[in-house]
Amino acid sequence: MSRYDSFVTDVLVIGAGLAGERAAVEAATQGLNVILLSLVPPRRSHSSAAQGGMQAALGNSAMGKGDSPDVHFADTVKGSDWGCDQDVARLFVETAPIAVREMAHWGVPWTRVTKDEHVYDGKVIHEDPANAGLITARNFGGTAKWRTCYTSDGAGHTLLYTLDSMVLRLGITVHDRVEALSLIHDSERCYGAVARCLRTGELRVYTAKTTVIATGGYGRLYGASTNAIINEGSGLSLALDTGVVPLGNMEAVQFHPTGLVPSWILITEGARGDGGYLLDKNLHRFMPDYEPAKKELASRDVVSRRIMQHIRAGYGVESPYGDHVWLDIRHLGAEHINTNLREIATICKNFRGIDPVKDLIPVRPTQHYGMGGVRTNIDGQAYGLKNLFALGEAACWDLHGFNRLGGNSLAETVVAGKIIGEQIAKFTAEASLDVKSSLVEEHLQRQMDRVTRLRESRDGTEYVYDLRREMEQILSHHVGIFRSEDSLQDAVNQLSDLHERAQRLGLRGGGHGGDPELDAALRLPGMIRVAYCIAKGALARKESRGSHFREDFPHRDDANWLNRTLAYWPEGADEPELRYEPVKITESPPGDRGYGEATRGPDSAKP
Amino acid sequence: MIERELTFRIMRYNPDEPEKKPHLQEFHLTEEPGMSLFVVLNKLREEQDPTLRFDFVCRASICGSCGMLVNGRPTLACKTLTKDLPDVTTLLPLPVFKLLGDLSVDTGVWFRDMSFRTESWVHTDETFDPDAPEKRMDNAVALEIYEAERCIECGCCIGGCATANIKPDFIGAAGVNRVARFMVDPRDKRTEREYFEVVGNEDGVFGCIGLMACDDNCPVGVPLRDQLAYVRRKMASAGWRYQKV
Repeated sequence: MSRYDSFVTDVLVIGAGLAGERAAVEAATQGLNVILLSLVPPRRSHSSAAQGGMQAALGNSAMGKGDSPDVHFADTVKGSDWGCDQDVARLFVETAPIAVREMAHWGVPWTRVTKDEHVYDGKVIHEDPANAGLITARNFGGTAKWRTCYTSDGAGHTLLYTLDSMVLRLGITVHDRVEALSLIHDSERCYGAVARCLRTGELRVYTAKTTVIATGGYGRLYGASTNAIINEGSGLSLALDTGVVPLGNMEAVQFHPTGLVPSWILITEGARGDGGYLLDKNLHRFMPDYEPAKKELASRDVVSRRIMQHIRAGYGVESPYGDHVWLDIRHLGAEHINTNLREIATICKNFRGIDPVKDLIPVRPTQHYGMGGVRTNIDGQAYGLKNLFALGEAACWDLHGFNRLGGNSLAETVVAGKIIGEQIAKFTAEASLDVKSSLVEEHLQRQMDRVTRLRESRDGTEYVYDLRREMEQILSHHVGIFRSEDSLQDAVNQLSDLHERAQRLGLRGGGHGGDPELDAALRLPGMIRVAYCIAKGALARKESRGSHFREDFPHRDDANWLNRTLAYWPEGADEPELRYEPVKITESPPGDRGYGEATRGPDSAKP
Repeated sequence: MIERELTFRIMRYNPDEPEKKPHLQEFHLTEEPGMSLFVVLNKLREEQDPTLRFDFVCRASICGSCGMLVNGRPTLACKTLTKDLPDVTTLLPLPVFKLLGDLSVDTGVWFRDMSFRTESWVHTDETFDPDAPEKRMDNAVALEIYEAERCIECGCCIGGCATANIKPDFIGAAGVNRVARFMVDPRDKRTEREYFEVVGNEDGVFGCIGLMACDDNCPVGVPLRDQLAYVRRKMASAGWRYQKV
């Protein structure tokens, strides 16, 4: 065994976005040693890109009057199409207002209630002067009240910078440009991770009493995604590759209604929340035809499907990048756009050369978020392996069920970070680090062998970027917004073949030091396994629920499918194994969402 | 539209192979509609040279990862469109920062160090009360804080700063702006004198010689000239009073 750097800590947090940092802050505050690993400098994490805001029932704004955790709970459960864990949802909505105020205490410059009048959708809104200076909220889809707290156009950015300032203040150790390659475990318990320094390419060992996965989403498995390029589901494959930890509800994939054509950069839901319209090729505002009650602000799964349905009916605007619709925010005015929606104006200008103050924005539904992830209990403990926790988008806690509401993801990161961070601290205080060096070296050796075999092309000469593109296309073509048996079966067959070919990767370059081709080649097989879980789960689920829409089974089927998918990848297997568990219903029995196809069938609208 | 053949001259250097001196390597590719340097560099890596190193994360001018010199000017590669470039473009890594390889530099470590030196967190003795409503803040103040907080730590202001290029400890416009962010925040209880101790020196706000390339180069339009003037004025008067005490 050659020499390697080794680090020992109480808590190892993999991922330094909002979820990871919030949990780290909680654990460090309680006196534990924490190391944060991050692919990039923490402030570059994808959390920073969240423009819209976070939901918390403060009820300070005029349009949020009468809001409460109960209303937030009802919206969240409905939004999830009754797929979420209601104990988790309850805990979440009760904690969210505290978490928002705590972030204010630490430095987030939340936008505040002012005494100014403002006009929304033709109506004048008068704020309660007694609330001036309190944290205000904007409207988001699928909510009964205005509940999304925000900082102009940069909620994620200010949350992340503030939380990272707490990481600095507490002196928490951060190792950036480091990627975890595998968890050190004995199928019973997790002891840390083998990681690779992306600066030098050297392998390292981190041992910890408690290991935490907070690596964010997997959007980049789809070619077209709003996600940052680092969102490759690395934490999900870390867990899956143990053979004993399942991924929950991987078929639940959210497509955001408004990705900018053709760079697929997100145009925030704030645009519709603040009063933007969706128009078709005839410049007709079509959403009221399909969803008279919620219009552009039905839940994301519904709006995305309605857009695609309208495009399929021949009302899309033709373009070299496929048909799209228009987002129109011109009527909001230059001042509003250049303050509260400035990021949109900047993105439109930089990446499309248009000015939303006077131009229409071309948009199309684009992969945006994964409701599924490492399955945990309400304390954030992963199923199947002791001393392992997960939270944030990487986890299936399961707050979102089959569709997440806008503003509940940013909220989940800091709320779960606070709650699960406390559980991590409690758990770790009682835990000991008792790991055999032979176990550590066995796991390290396995990764060293992978590196050597790739460098020497011992197993074959498949090129990582070719296979990667195939994976992206399979998911985009077959596991998108509208799904059906034959197409999904195709996807599963192709992914099976691709997974086999991924065992024969070889490098074209030398693979020395922090080589990007080696980074990609080490990552890809795990990404394909995660993609396989998505496709197989979607094929198996013969109903439509939330974002999972089967054209051959267009209705929700509570009698057979009110359950959660658990995908395992047993050691040595060549495909995932699916199991199911019941969904916990406590307060709210499954019903009609009040929007979407259940209320008005797919063919109900006459545009 | 006639398709253009684009030439990119890209600096290559791998610290793992110090015997190979830094040099410019020429790449060619055909321009596509709407093409950005994000698309160009990924195409070059995937199709021509898989060892080419550069950094992107959000590819939407939000995260600040991809600062580099494009024909000598510091900017974000992701928002640089090829339609605005000549036929031949030179790409160099941002100076001042530690070079990790080719176009990749260690801005993260630099900014973390700057954040520690300026103690970039809200200094307060107040503890958080989970049962109390939030403290009120005038929205105009919130907007003022956010205006400085918008910095994305890309390092373009540092790479293009004459002082930072010759004085390695200078905190630069990003550092001064960071101090301004906390100065305008009523939650931060630091006194002017405490700020003076952090930035009232030659490596801080008095190191600036006023060339203002930072203000021209900031890719997200943080008003750096105003922020420099604001902090400088505050620190000059604090220094004056401080001397007299």
